[in-house]
Amino acid sequence: MEAIILQILNGLDKGSAYALIALGLTLIFGTLGVVNFAHGALFMIGAFCAVTFSRILTLSRTVIDETQTDFLGNPLKVDVPYLHDLFGQATGDAIIDWAVPLSILFTVPVMMFVGYAMERGLIKHFYNRPHADQILVTFGLAIVLQEVIKYFYGANPIPTPAPQAFAGSLDFGALLGFDPNLIIYPYWRIIYFVFSAIIIGAVFAFLQYTTFGMVVRAGMADRETVGLLGINIDKRFTIMFGLAAAVAGLAGVMYTPINSPNYHMGMDFLVLSFVVVVVGGMGSLPGAVLAGFLLGILESFASMREVLEILPGLNQIIIYLVAIIILLTRPRGLMGRKGVMED
Amino acid sequence: MLGLTKKDLQLMLIVTGLTMLAPFILNPFPESSGMAQFNAGYPDLMQRFVIFGIFAIGFNLLFGLTGYLSFGHAAFLGVGSYGAIWMMKLVSLNVIPAIFMGVIVAGIFSVAVGYICLRRSGIYFSILTLAIAQMSYALAYSVLTPITGGETGLQIKSTDRPLLSNLAEGETGRANLFGMDMRQSFELSVGDWLFTFNVGYYIAAVVMLIAFYVSIRIFRSPFGLMLRAIKSNQTRMSYTGLNPRPHTLAAFVISGMYAGLAGGLLVAMDTQVGPERMFWTASGEVVLMTILGGVGTLIGPVLGAGVIKYMENILSKINKDVLHEWFAFMPDGLEDFIVFLVYPFIGKGWHLTLGILFMLVVIFLPGGLVEGGQRISKWIKNRRKAKDTGGSTEPAE
Repeated sequence: MEAIILQILNGLDKGSAYALIALGLTLIFGTLGVVNFAHGALFMIGAFCAVTFSRILTLSRTVIDETQTDFLGNPLKVDVPYLHDLFGQATGDAIIDWAVPLSILFTVPVMMFVGYAMERGLIKHFYNRPHADQILVTFGLAIVLQEVIKYFYGANPIPTPAPQAFAGSLDFGALLGFDPNLIIYPYWRIIYFVFSAIIIGAVFAFLQYTTFGMVVRAGMADRETVGLLGINIDKRFTIMFGLAAAVAGLAGVMYTPINSPNYHMGMDFLVLSFVVVVVGGMGSLPGAVLAGFLLGILESFASMREVLEILPGLNQIIIYLVAIIILLTRPRGLMGRKGVMED
Repeated sequence: MLGLTKKDLQLMLIVTGLTMLAPFILNPFPESSGMAQFNAGYPDLMQRFVIFGIFAIGFNLLFGLTGYLSFGHAAFLGVGSYGAIWMMKLVSLNVIPAIFMGVIVAGIFSVAVGYICLRRSGIYFSILTLAIAQMSYALAYSVLTPITGGETGLQIKSTDRPLLSNLAEGETGRANLFGMDMRQSFELSVGDWLFTFNVGYYIAAVVMLIAFYVSIRIFRSPFGLMLRAIKSNQTRMSYTGLNPRPHTLAAFVISGMYAGLAGGLLVAMDTQVGPERMFWTASGEVVLMTILGGVGTLIGPVLGAGVIKYMENILSKINKDVLHEWFAFMPDGLEDFIVFLVYPFIGKGWHLTLGILFMLVVIFLPGGLVEGGQRISKWIKNRRKAKDTGGSTEPAE
């Protein structure tokens, strides 16, 4: 029993990341009909927004501290972040410590802009071209974005810690009445799960309960008719692209404490997220979220020692295996809509 | 001749000439000059040109003719490589059975994969092939270690005793063709130039010419026409009473066998395999090659493979010092500025150049470099014509 709960919990955080990326992919696909291979790169750019933000916060001036000396007896040079000058030492340190959550404020506008620029600058010109061309051009864009990040930030992963307050782990088992130390779960992963649940809920609520969302949903169902009603649906779809980019970026920002960001993390996640989207059903938002969590949890179950003894290597291939089985038995995916990419 | 039209025969002869004279053509700069680093006429790189040319020709047979975009083609290359190296380890160090083994293993594997993946088309087909390739990679990396050597891959070791060889005790076997070592080279030095004629390269080049010939024949055959029909409209094709599935599967298997052939040749040249050969970036690379050169054209894939391998091996070698040397004639500040501008695109950043080039091709030249060449030659022709007739003709009022 404890083992099962533990694996479900382990699957949740990875599943959250899959679900968020797949949600953005599906939003773009459902609205604009574009298969966006650069979505993983957006996830990665989000993660590097967090890195950039924490670098901005720690911008420092060097002062000579007379009270401290190095081993030769010379006064020591100390870096003092400008934040200390602005807010005083204690507050400044606290802000730097909370860099990752705070960088959300920085990431959302940046990602909205990146998404907007991408759609207006490049993808707009590909609506009337075959799907293969869309895949290829976004694939090229993904390579370019990845290399640009590599040029500025180097090839090594950059550790970006979570705030001190969330550094430890929660003894989850003790809460449920199991023996202590059986089910231990890091705080940050709980935060990540809750955060992604909120984002997913917000996206759904936005689509369901706002006029803007209603128009977008109408446009997803029948773009032409909405256009005939005198609504500028293209403009709204562009905004949705920005929103999808922001969702991917937020997934990236919050993922940095779990996995130090490096330039190819986007591609690693992209391949899996595409599988997730296809399993969930092209164009189905609930399907994408469901499949994301499902595959995340399945993956963590497959890496249990007991399972690996019977079927070695299963954890490496489970996601692909499930995808193949689902695609062959349920061609539309778990919750695919009728008539969307049926060929 | 050879069942080719005059135009195709011309193309075939040009390609034959270029591959046979490649050691001269790729070494245009004297050894002692500063440009010598742009010489690509060394055996390792020339072998890569032709082998990846074969790989791309095979990919083009599938994607160019049927329009099925496979994102997992490297799996066949990897499987073919593993088949070839086991043939060398166990049976014979001669490369011919090894290459045959590579083709056969890849062929069988592609029948199985094709049978599953071709049930779907479009993006689903891409994802399915990608999933299967990633699975093969993961399995080769972990569980199948006894067969694939896991992370370290497989090499021919001194302990390997192939059945049909008479190696001395403790001697490491070398790939050969009836006694001719693959690494054997004949060097010709003319003045300041050094030309290398490598046995391995010429074997690979001959194989590529055969592969190229077969691909021309497929392009021009009724079967090729059938594959084009699949690309343009599958539904209409089935309404005329033709079942597209067997044709697509045949194209898929032929394409997989080409990849296996390339894998077998790679093993024949460097006698080693690793699972990274099957990673999806390798599959992406062959897509890049084909699109860059010109999808659906005969010569495009070979061209694309050449450009990418050239960039990978030559462009990536240029570092900051070389750049400073080049721009040394400029005033200091300007020199630093130019180097600063150019540096991100070369050396380790060659992927960036590749990505940008690829995007430009997809956006502006959907037919790849071949279309670019055609447009330029048409433009020149038009200009010449315009000159002959004395300026452009005005439309009548």
